[in-house]
Amino acid sequence: MPRVKVARKSTAIDMTAMCDVAFLLLTFFILTAKPKIDDPSHATVPPSTNMAPVADANMMTVSIGGDKLFFAVTEQDVRAAALKAMGDKYGVTFSPEETQRFSLTQIFGVPMKSLKSFLDTDPDKLKDFTQTGIPADTTNNNELFNWIYTSRQAEKALHDKDLQMSIKGDSKEQYPEINIVISCLEKQKLFKFELITSLKSAPNKR
Amino acid sequence: MAELDTSGGGKHKGGKIRSKKASTRVDLTAMVDLAFLLITFFMYTTTLNKPKAMDLAMPDNSVKTITLPVAATRTMTIVLGSHDKVEWYMGEPGKSAPTVDGYGANGIRKALIDNAKTVAATHAAPDNTMEVLIHPSDKSTYNNLVTTLDEMSITNIHIYAIVKILPMEVEDLKKNGIY
Repeated sequence: MPRVKVARKSTAIDMTAMCDVAFLLLTFFILTAKPKIDDPSHATVPPSTNMAPVADANMMTVSIGGDKLFFAVTEQDVRAAALKAMGDKYGVTFSPEETQRFSLTQIFGVPMKSLKSFLDTDPDKLKDFTQTGIPADTTNNNELFNWIYTSRQAEKALHDKDLQMSIKGDSKEQYPEINIVISCLEKQKLFKFELITSLKSAPNKR
Repeated sequence: MAELDTSGGGKHKGGKIRSKKASTRVDLTAMVDLAFLLITFFMYTTTLNKPKAMDLAMPDNSVKTITLPVAATRTMTIVLGSHDKVEWYMGEPGKSAPTVDGYGANGIRKALIDNAKTVAATHAAPDNTMEVLIHPSDKSTYNNLVTTLDEMSITNIHIYAIVKILPMEVEDLKKNGIY
């Protein structure tokens, strides 16, 4: 009886196609990846069944966390222009380096009087800088009101667009704090804004 | 002397120079490994659930426009108290005793749906939609407000507003122990 010989096949497989797909996916993920903004407010947003995503551009956000208010604008040139206008209003002059630093700051929560020292702090030591929040009350001349107002003016002057407003609040935050922000917006006739929420599965509509 | 002969071919007797045919196949295993490693990394770091935005329009309180009278029987007022509890009543404040309720499917949502049905049944056709006034108290949280606004979209109530709380409602919340 002749012995059955199993043909020896090479174990090497053609990996070209796999490699192609892998790099294609890699490129996709690299391009869609966005650096995560470190939010100093640490706000955990409440869930809602709303599905509309938050816009990426033309937005200003007031974050509320731990009874402190933080302010963020998406456009860099608007930030710089708003800082200049705020400096004029509160009698603080900022150097070009400080303006540059500020235009790269995604989100901040310091009062005007300590903003200079905040911008002069070494970026590595910024984590230790305690941000005390932007002062705000229900009058129409407080720092939060003016930040929102000057940013809107800057956006109008630079891009001729209207800045969208959004509120990102911590779910544990008490209502009076939210009311202060809302009244700041109402005082400058900003009646339409967005509340940032996380997604919760919708119940069946009856 | 020894020489390094790296040339693939060699002089054959015939005199023809033939280059050695090197295989063009490269071992891709390491490259694929690396690619998948990076894919895994980027997949985990990308946030798939982007934050959502809920539109909110506050009533314009700067101009006194002509207001249309709305039957009090069509309005439902929700007072947000502490400890994740609400109080609601139909019509004018103080006329009827408020009901203490919780959030969720069996709490405020059920009340909203039932009241909307009652309003639709007891009023004439064009003006039979219910209107809701939300009165958040100082002890309610942001989560309570968002949940209530969310209930409006779940129960298809289009006319609602966030209004300042009345002192008598605060008293009532205190009486019910949710302030």
